[in-house]
Amino acid sequence: MVVYSVYVVNKAGGLVYQYDNYSPRTDVEKTFSHPLDLVLKVYDERVVVSFGQRDGIKVGYAVLSINGIDVNGKYMSDNRDVLEYLNTSFNYPLAIRFGRPRLTSNEKLMLASMFHSLFAIGSQLSPEPGSSGIEMLETDAFKLHCFQTLTGIKFIVLADPRQAGIDSLLRKIYEIYSDFALKNPFYSLEMPIRCDLFEQNLKVALEIAEKAGTFGAGS
Amino acid sequence: MSRQSRRRSEKQQIDWHLPSTSSTGSAYHMGTELFILTYGTLVAQLCEDCEKDEDINKVLDKMGHNIGTRLVEDFLARSNIAQCRNSYETAEVIAKVAFKMYLGVTPRVTFWNQAGDDCSLFLEKNPLRGYVEIPEKHSNLLYSNMICGILRGALKMVRLQVDIQLLHDSVNDDKVTEIRMKLMRRHKAVRTVEKEQKHPVGT
Repeated sequence: MVVYSVYVVNKAGGLVYQYDNYSPRTDVEKTFSHPLDLVLKVYDERVVVSFGQRDGIKVGYAVLSINGIDVNGKYMSDNRDVLEYLNTSFNYPLAIRFGRPRLTSNEKLMLASMFHSLFAIGSQLSPEPGSSGIEMLETDAFKLHCFQTLTGIKFIVLADPRQAGIDSLLRKIYEIYSDFALKNPFYSLEMPIRCDLFEQNLKVALEIAEKAGTFGAGS
Repeated sequence: MSRQSRRRSEKQQIDWHLPSTSSTGSAYHMGTELFILTYGTLVAQLCEDCEKDEDINKVLDKMGHNIGTRLVEDFLARSNIAQCRNSYETAEVIAKVAFKMYLGVTPRVTFWNQAGDDCSLFLEKNPLRGYVEIPEKHSNLLYSNMICGILRGALKMVRLQVDIQLLHDSVNDDKVTEIRMKLMRRHKAVRTVEKEQKHPVGT
């Protein structure tokens, strides 16, 4: 019963604030000897498992670190190519950590803008006039709730599908935004929010929502 | 409709326990004296800085505009008002909810024109003008012009362009403040971000 993350998108579709409350850690570290029985490939500037799923290492997992040293995309920290390094037999045995690749902040920006466009498409697709945009996006792993204010700002919350009370959480986040971001004269509208008080109060609200949500929906 | 009813049944009483800093959201009220004095000092300082009354009015309007763009979010967050469908509803919401929330007074909405987009808000008791007497040399000063700026900025954020004017101010002849509001049009496109000239935020 968890809220995964919070996104705030401004009127123009730019990501203004993003907070990851809980990211399920899927990292797996194992020692390998040459030859590696996983097939790796470069995808999206990362080295990713494309075949040979085993032992909790799934297809799509990226190489996160080798021998404890974090890997930077498809290059190691000393700028050697990762695939080359893994193909040379005398580097083995190696401890490699695989995990679901984390989203970089650029990717989050792109995804937020994409959602902004989809949101607008959602309201245009409606057979009835004057429909709102996308309010909820449901998958088997999470639910995305979106609340758009009358001024065009969107508050997006990704939560566990069974988490209840997200509607009131969205309104509470709106209140926190209007208090700690807007009443701060040094915050310019539509710009990225860098207010500590906003983040602190947001964290408290998320904790309360998670606890209250365990009482179940439909009272 | 069914989604709304489902949402209503999901509503639980969540006790948020967060510090409520907004005076509209909690029982905490700032004294009106401090508010009247602050506003009065502001106008007095502007009278010293600017020579002409028109300039003072413009600055008050601009300040009000900056306040309005931020205040509208606070208003929408706390009042949970749904979107107004026409100008009558807009004017009613402004008079009965917004003014009540922030100034504690409810102006009368009257004098609608034929097209239904022009109206007057009559404030019997203007809280800003509690103890104020404007001297002769500032006869063109619109003391409560900040309220007009606030309304203009707030409505701009919900994509309504308005033309707002302060017609009479208290004390001069009538005891009544009249704000004339003309709803001009809805903005169609989303405005791109207007760069503010103030200091940049953070890193």
